[in-house]
Amino acid sequence: MKRILLVIAVITLYVLHQDFWNWRTAYPLVFGFVPIGLFYQGCFSVAAALLMWLLVTFAWPGHLEREIGPTETEEEAPK
Amino acid sequence: MIPAIVVFLYLAVVLYIGIFAFRRAKGKEKAEDYFLASRSLGPFVFLFSLFGTNMTAFAILGSSGHAFSNGVVTFGLMASSSGLVIPLSIFFIGTRVWALGKKHGFMTPVQMFRDRWECGHIGTVIFVVQAVLLVPYIIIGIMGGGTTLNTISGGWVPFWFGGAIVAMVVMSYVFFGGMRGTAWVNTFQTVLFLTFGAVALVVIGVGMGGFSNAAQSMLSTPALAPLMTRERISPLYFFSYTFIPLSAIAFPHILIFCLTARKMNQFKKTVIFYPICIMAIWLPCVFLGVMANRVTDIPEIRAKQEARRVLATQGKTMTPEARDELRDKAAGDDIIMLLLKQYAPFWLAGLLGAGIMAAVMASDSQILALSTMFTEDVFAFYGGKRRFGEGVQIQTGRIFIVLITLFAYAVALRAPETIFELAIQYAFSGYAALSPLLVAALFWKGSTKWGALATTVWTAAAVVATAVFQHSVPAPAPGPPVLIWSLGGWEVLTRTPGGTAVFGFMPVVPMVIVSALLMITVSMLTRKPNQSTLVKYFPSQNQ
Repeated sequence: MKRILLVIAVITLYVLHQDFWNWRTAYPLVFGFVPIGLFYQGCFSVAAALLMWLLVTFAWPGHLEREIGPTETEEEAPK
Repeated sequence: MIPAIVVFLYLAVVLYIGIFAFRRAKGKEKAEDYFLASRSLGPFVFLFSLFGTNMTAFAILGSSGHAFSNGVVTFGLMASSSGLVIPLSIFFIGTRVWALGKKHGFMTPVQMFRDRWECGHIGTVIFVVQAVLLVPYIIIGIMGGGTTLNTISGGWVPFWFGGAIVAMVVMSYVFFGGMRGTAWVNTFQTVLFLTFGAVALVVIGVGMGGFSNAAQSMLSTPALAPLMTRERISPLYFFSYTFIPLSAIAFPHILIFCLTARKMNQFKKTVIFYPICIMAIWLPCVFLGVMANRVTDIPEIRAKQEARRVLATQGKTMTPEARDELRDKAAGDDIIMLLLKQYAPFWLAGLLGAGIMAAVMASDSQILALSTMFTEDVFAFYGGKRRFGEGVQIQTGRIFIVLITLFAYAVALRAPETIFELAIQYAFSGYAALSPLLVAALFWKGSTKWGALATTVWTAAAVVATAVFQHSVPAPAPGPPVLIWSLGGWEVLTRTPGGTAVFGFMPVVPMVIVSALLMITVSMLTRKPNQSTLVKYFPSQNQ
């Protein structure tokens, strides 16, 4: 069920990228200078980040790491 | 002059970081350390260097230039769609490639394909197509460096010298620092660009007398108001663009970068913050590009607008050559630089110019990726490593870095920039069409080497066909596209002012769909790899 909901969320966001309702208008100007279409696409980017957080939280492919075993390398990253 | 000095200082810092700052303790050098930083990058460096690797000169300078000519649509076309598709592909494909690389020691995508599909020379074909599609990026990076230094110094640094400086700096830290040096330089550059992008927005906004006035003024000017909406772009074209970011994960330098993470957890922050990073860089660039249309006190911008106006009103009666010349004059790739020169104080223009140089110099990871691919997929595969040892393999990689940089510099001095800008457009579509290779290799047990070959050959043929078509049929003047071929009332093939349309879509859409269909049908008709190979790649499905 969780997976289905996430798949639906991904497809929904992909469809929402096509905001045809903002196509021919710049109004309202958000903050007095940002056309609504640009503001919408900015909000879309934030929504994409939220979707990624959901995927990472609820569908993380942790089994891939378990299949490898311990993953520490010989050295730590440079500090 | 002062901005140029600041940029030179910045280049010196980059050189120091790349060569000395994060060198590993002395000892016998290993290929995995030089080419993949021993798969040991931490979360902060992994996020910013992976992101920086993808933010090329084309992405930064091109975005504001595209927005100057096409308006706010640029952000939706190129940035927000990437903010969804790229992290999704890193989540699904990047993590799996990382795990397989860790488990089986792969250092390049072709190594994985060869093992997954039990093939040798087909892997070489994939290598050749990938390499040919990657070279234009390196050339355009050097050209971008030359142009930026030339513009920022007011012509004091000639193009050939600026290009040579950038080529030398990039070559030096890639040569000595390998992946570790490249990753830290990319991290430094990304942080710099993210910081100064915001500063540039504020400084230029104040210089222009506030964005509210500029926005209102644009909306009240009939010729400029459409730039604040998307009415000049068709919804099908807009939709097509969502296929372009599929190319990101198929680019060898991005996929190879995925192999450098220390732990798989490091992908988490990258996946979540990628859309925000894209927004933070692209939104200011796009917005400034659009607002530049209201600037009246920069003669170069007025000349561009005049060229655009002549193209729109008299373009239909002109020769294709005259139209191309006007398009070049109207192009806005140097818009951000012009705005900075006009509105930012000297010292700040230098720092911001350094930020732009940061983006221009993203060709470092492409040079390193080509070197890794050559040494692993050709030198090591055809027996070089076995005969001469790992030390010689690394030296071969270094010699390759010098040769490819010299070649790119020589070409950059002679060829017109527009050729490579076009090549990059084809490369995006080409790599997007190669993405089914990764999906099939990682998610479909039934895929075969012959399916992979069909996909690769189709991609190469489609890229060449698009290039030949656009070269043979000149771009029409701004306005409705020219119909080339129709079938049963359907407009199959049209030539648009900006490229080509197939059934109204950009070529990338049919390229990706046919590529996926070829992979499926050819694989279904040919012999699958051995069971032992399938168990290796799909262990959970074989228990």
